[in-house]
Amino acid sequence: MGRGRVSIENRLREIDGRAAVTAAADGIPRVAPDSVNGVAAVLGAARESGWRVRIEGAGSFVPPDAPADLALATTRLAALTDVRPEDLVATVQAGIPWAGLEAELAERGAWLAIDPPGSARRTLGSVIATATTGPLRAAFGPPRDHVLGLTFVTGDGRVVRCGGRVMKNVAGYDLAKLHSGGFGAFGVIVEAHVRLRTLPRADRTLVRDGGRAELLDLADELRAAGFAATAIELLSPGAAGRHDERWLLAARLAGSGAAVGAAENALRAGNQWTALEAGAAHALWRGAAEGTLRHPVTVRAGGLPAAMEDLIDLVEHQLDAGWISASLESGSLRWSGTATAERLRHLRRELAAREVPLTLERAPWAVRGAVGHFGAYREGAAPLVAGLLRAFDPNASLVTAVAAEDRDR
Amino acid sequence: MPRNSVDLTAALARIAGPGHVRITTPERLTYSMDGLPTHRRLPRVAVLPGTRDEVVEVVRLLARHQIPFVPRGAGTGLSGGALADEAAVLLVLTRLNRILEIDVANRRAVVEPGVVNARLSAATVPHGLHYAPDPSSQSACTIGGNVAENAGGPHCLKYGVTANHVLELEVVLADGSITRLGSAAGEPWGPDLVGLFVGSEGNFGVATRITVRLTPVPRAIRTLLADFAAVRAAGEAVSAIIASGVVPAALEMMDQSCIRAVEDSVYAAGYPRDAAAVLLVELDGPSPTAVDEESQAVESLLRARGARSVRTATDAAERERLWQGRKKAFGAMGRLSRDLVVQDAVVPRSALPDVLDRIAGIARKHRLVVSNVFHAGDGNLHPNIAFDSRDADAVRRVEAGSEEIMAACIAAGGTITGEHGVGIDKLRYMPLIHDGDALAAMRALRRVFDPGERVNPGKVVPVHACREWAGVA
Repeated sequence: MGRGRVSIENRLREIDGRAAVTAAADGIPRVAPDSVNGVAAVLGAARESGWRVRIEGAGSFVPPDAPADLALATTRLAALTDVRPEDLVATVQAGIPWAGLEAELAERGAWLAIDPPGSARRTLGSVIATATTGPLRAAFGPPRDHVLGLTFVTGDGRVVRCGGRVMKNVAGYDLAKLHSGGFGAFGVIVEAHVRLRTLPRADRTLVRDGGRAELLDLADELRAAGFAATAIELLSPGAAGRHDERWLLAARLAGSGAAVGAAENALRAGNQWTALEAGAAHALWRGAAEGTLRHPVTVRAGGLPAAMEDLIDLVEHQLDAGWISASLESGSLRWSGTATAERLRHLRRELAAREVPLTLERAPWAVRGAVGHFGAYREGAAPLVAGLLRAFDPNASLVTAVAAEDRDR
Repeated sequence: MPRNSVDLTAALARIAGPGHVRITTPERLTYSMDGLPTHRRLPRVAVLPGTRDEVVEVVRLLARHQIPFVPRGAGTGLSGGALADEAAVLLVLTRLNRILEIDVANRRAVVEPGVVNARLSAATVPHGLHYAPDPSSQSACTIGGNVAENAGGPHCLKYGVTANHVLELEVVLADGSITRLGSAAGEPWGPDLVGLFVGSEGNFGVATRITVRLTPVPRAIRTLLADFAAVRAAGEAVSAIIASGVVPAALEMMDQSCIRAVEDSVYAAGYPRDAAAVLLVELDGPSPTAVDEESQAVESLLRARGARSVRTATDAAERERLWQGRKKAFGAMGRLSRDLVVQDAVVPRSALPDVLDRIAGIARKHRLVVSNVFHAGDGNLHPNIAFDSRDADAVRRVEAGSEEIMAACIAAGGTITGEHGVGIDKLRYMPLIHDGDALAAMRALRRVFDPGERVNPGKVVPVHACREWAGVA
């Protein structure tokens, strides 16, 4: 890369005088527009000048290390533009830090029911772009289920507003789905209309430790008995912050006092669960979320709930069991640790043979650039991905690990 | 080589069998409408393949000759989306009606597109599971059609719409190639192609195998009927319930005109005929104690907001009867007039009272009989306009009234359709809510799946309103 930092900086100041231009850690210019038009102007200039652009949020989850001519940061697009608690809808700019958003919504009695892995500094845009959610996915679905509408800027600088602020909307194709889990390959998310829920009146967490197989059996029994938790997550000793070999099964119950009370009574009938105080519960879930960052690589695999034991076995065999968090309702497993590109490719192939997709959520560029966030497409899907890239980033301006091999198809 | 319709018919008959190709005018008339009486088109020919392989062969035949085609399920749609004109072949999928797998342990089912929605739940309820999206037409509509339209239904308030329940799709693209999108657990292999395909109104291809999520049948259900002397009060009660934090499984509203139509029909449910509006509220969950407590909280809210009475169904039969009135309301309205336009729009829930007032005003202005029966908890309105399509003046007034209703919903921060789709009917409204870039982006997306725009042509995106887009002519 390195197309003349000073000339790019000067050009950036010309096209958007209000944009903040600084230097990123790797020395390339980082531009932080404060408006959607500013983002569009930068990407329009990138199209004309052939610049390669990497998108940055807080830089806390996916490392801001992709080789590029400039970094486009959403940090100055960080406003909670509009909150309608009565309609359970908010309009939020993509660069807002997660913790700040959560706190502002809570003040209004509202809740965005996503618990993303990573730092509390993560941005909403990062959570949507990587489609990362934690144990709450079991009850509330992945981030796409919370996004009612989006404003995004395509790789060549077009502003597209899609969806809306209402609960149901089938007025045209759902372009927002392209960006939830798109890892920024199809444009820059600037603003989102998100679906809120009323802050739960009661929120309890109960835990039980034990051997992995024993806890998986217990979770199967609960599932078969129709027990409904907001989340039921199996954490490896490392993910639970334990210093012994015992795994932890954690059940989160959130909702009305009556519903939570009834679920807690049902769970405690076996008398082997321990209810956590609010502070300890918060520490457990926050610790599990932030624990992903103790390691350089995080992947997620989506298997069937009944096959979770096999999935954990495979991940443990191919990688390790140091940090695993498994949702026993959705079948989703997240692993964090250290792994080479070759090892991850091998695991992806092994999982693909079992019909289980592996998504590389975060890794240093040397790994994610080689492995790609996605891969092992089924026959016929790769041309569709390539077509989407051509349509939404026709000049290949955006540097993402989803794009490299896909673009050539 | 089908140089003409005779050749085409013969080629289709060789694939699907001669008994499964409809060519005569009376036969084709069967397929000239969907559930919306304001649009009528006669397809060139209708073919009813019986297997996935036959679908592939038909699509490949049509691709070789660049013939447009329109996938169709049961034809219960309400936007003219499944109509084909004289240039296009209608690909009717109702014979692909097998439930291929019910995976109780993983709460999933694999079905062909022609499986009728209600049949899937009937097959899974013995296992303690059901398929949650429940459009009012569920006794006839197909899962394939539900996927195309991203169908909703009363219980989507709590459980989500079709898109929230589709995990994996096998699809036949316009060129006849087959691909699988998504995975059995719902995790995508890359970008969310399932999310894009669901709700694409048949423009992206034909779903031939659909994996859906099943939901446990709730152990406790309470169904409440509240009657109000004013529509506005009923609308305000809806906002109060949602704001309370209780999430009902369903929260439906019917106005007086609808109530009377139902009560005059064989679907009479015992709704109070003098009520200005009724709310049908359902609460469910795994614990009877918790559901009772939430039910009492909702009843208090309803009374505080002016409900004259709140009645709780005492047994399954009474609950069934209350729901039958709601779900068959569209049929009951057939008593009001020869034809009925079922409109569909969504507004923010807090805007419901004002928008309902506005709709009443529009009805008066255009001398229209408008009955409202709708998913109030989602803000998803269904103003139904009774008319006689043989009366040209009435048709004009229906069109004018519909347009004003849409404009009122957009002005309130809403949208032009929540579950019925754009089809042909709402093409003209699309530029009111999407600018040229958004429409062009939609068209570019469509051309990724179908570069020739041959699948269900002329629907969803008004091409003339699209701004220029790289790679899109």
